Amino acid sequence: MPLAKVKIKISDFNFYYGQVKVIKGVSVEMLAKNVTSIIGPSGCGKSTLLRCFNRMNDLIPGARAEGRAEIEGVDILGPQVDVVELRKRVGMVFQKPNPFPKSIFDNVAYGLRVNDITDRLIIEKRVEQSLRSAALWDEVKDRLKDNALNLSGGQQQRLCVARALAVEPEILLMDEPASALDPIATARIEELIVELKKHYTIVIVTHNMQQAARISDHTAFLMQGELVEYGKTSDIFTKPRKKLTEDYITGRFG
Amino acid sequence: MKIKQLKEVLGFLALRLCMVLVMAILVVVFWDIVTKGGGAVSWELLTQPPKDGMTKGGIFPAIVGTLLVTLMTALLAVPLGMGCAMYLNEYALDCKFTRFIRMSIRNLSGVPSIVYGLFGVALFVEACNFGTSILSAGCTLGLMTLPLTITASEEALKAVPRSYREGALALGATKWQSIRTNVLPYAVSGMLTGTILGLSRAAGETAPILFTGAAFFLPDLPGSLLSQFMALPYHLYILSTQHHDTALVRPLAYGTALVLLILIFIMNLFAIILRSRLRQMKKE
Ligand SMILES: Nc1ncnc2c1ncn2[C@@H]1O[C@H](COP(=O)(O)OP(=O)(O)O)[C@@H](O)[C@H]1O
Ligand SMILES: [Mg+2]
Repeated sequence: MPLAKVKIKISDFNFYYGQVKVIKGVSVEMLAKNVTSIIGPSGCGKSTLLRCFNRMNDLIPGARAEGRAEIEGVDILGPQVDVVELRKRVGMVFQKPNPFPKSIFDNVAYGLRVNDITDRLIIEKRVEQSLRSAALWDEVKDRLKDNALNLSGGQQQRLCVARALAVEPEILLMDEPASALDPIATARIEELIVELKKHYTIVIVTHNMQQAARISDHTAFLMQGELVEYGKTSDIFTKPRKKLTEDYITGRFG
Repeated sequence: MKIKQLKEVLGFLALRLCMVLVMAILVVVFWDIVTKGGGAVSWELLTQPPKDGMTKGGIFPAIVGTLLVTLMTALLAVPLGMGCAMYLNEYALDCKFTRFIRMSIRNLSGVPSIVYGLFGVALFVEACNFGTSILSAGCTLGLMTLPLTITASEEALKAVPRSYREGALALGATKWQSIRTNVLPYAVSGMLTGTILGLSRAAGETAPILFTGAAFFLPDLPGSLLSQFMALPYHLYILSTQHHDTALVRPLAYGTALVLLILIFIMNLFAIILRSRLRQMKKE
């Protein structure tokens, strides 16, 4: 097996909301075409860390990052970075499904249209591809004109995945994508993630440890903004090096 | 226990009384105007200029004047108000300065309309040299309407969920793209609703146009934006207080009042329809 490529790398990374430091000196290397999960008790900074990779935290007044963060060796924090360009490369699926109140088709086409792709044929092809990749095509192919808000929660979330895929990102960030879904919908999202891994680098935040164990290749365990342990998922869950990790994954707290 | 129940019953009764009183006043006013003005509303009233020292004829120039000046008001207040609201809600940082601006805007909506009228004279009639004209009066009314338009538009923008904005940005949309394609479409009917309510208030105002362009009697329609004009509220004011024989023209005055009321009612109806369409869209 060829040596896996490092896709995302952060080192000595700090993050502040105003004066409050919520990410403290985290260093991690995430591999391309891998699923990396971030676990930890709620409020430990998982979402914050995830949202640094597509600079979504820029929207929050007073938020500030320190240290280095790179994608394929290129800095993504500096003022010279084109965040719009970055967000095309780094897609995101949010915790709560957030389809736009438009048709299913227009939802998936949204990212293409804002990126100035106007050719109808190209858009149609890409919409179909994305919906297929998100395992939603068969369910919606006959009602692409329906309002996306009429879909079930699980379908909405897969639509959001399709919408993100349509832009052809390299990395897909997912913030507890299944937490608002029932077990069957959750299982479908998990299957989907494993399938998507072939083509995309996936970083997923989850508070569900079984989920992390099932679908991820590497796991980062975060607590109070500090990286406690990072490694192969199988190692983290079977022979954690730190006592804290062991306590957490065996459910002694959190 | 008994006393508690009694108190509740009494309290409820008092509230109900308030409501009935308000409704009663509205009904009486409306009834009064409809019964006394209904007879005066005729084809002639709607299509003819006043004749014989305003004792005969119609109010056609005043209807046209009010429509024109309201249009002018809209031309100023709609784009400017929506623009301000968009800036405040989407772009401006939430700092002391913007909070001060917001507070000032809210306070401006409490300034008496006659003050706007005087300000209009100083700014538009004199400083800008527009003279007493539709332009001056429309701008004055526009200024008066702006605080309401801005506040209502900002509320409409606030009602658009954050996830629409974030979702768009995460797909590589620029800020303006996300606002244009994913915020404005859902806010625009709310913005328009507030704006129309503001405009309908402006259409019924007398004080701001008193010194800025409304004419006592002008049988010909205004020729340009710089002409003076007749307006329904001002005409009504004249017929009921300034006319040499107010008793004789009472029916005409009531007819004018009814026409003005209907005009404003139509505008409000428009706003209500827009609002219900907005609700439906949100439900879908
Ligand atoms: N917009 C914000 N402003 C200030 N503090 C925030 C903001 N968002 C999150 N925080 C704080 O940062 C910490 C980490 O939050 P978050 O990243 O959402 O945690 P997690 O996703 O692990 O539950 C929490 O203490 C939270 O209260
Ligand atoms: Mg979170």
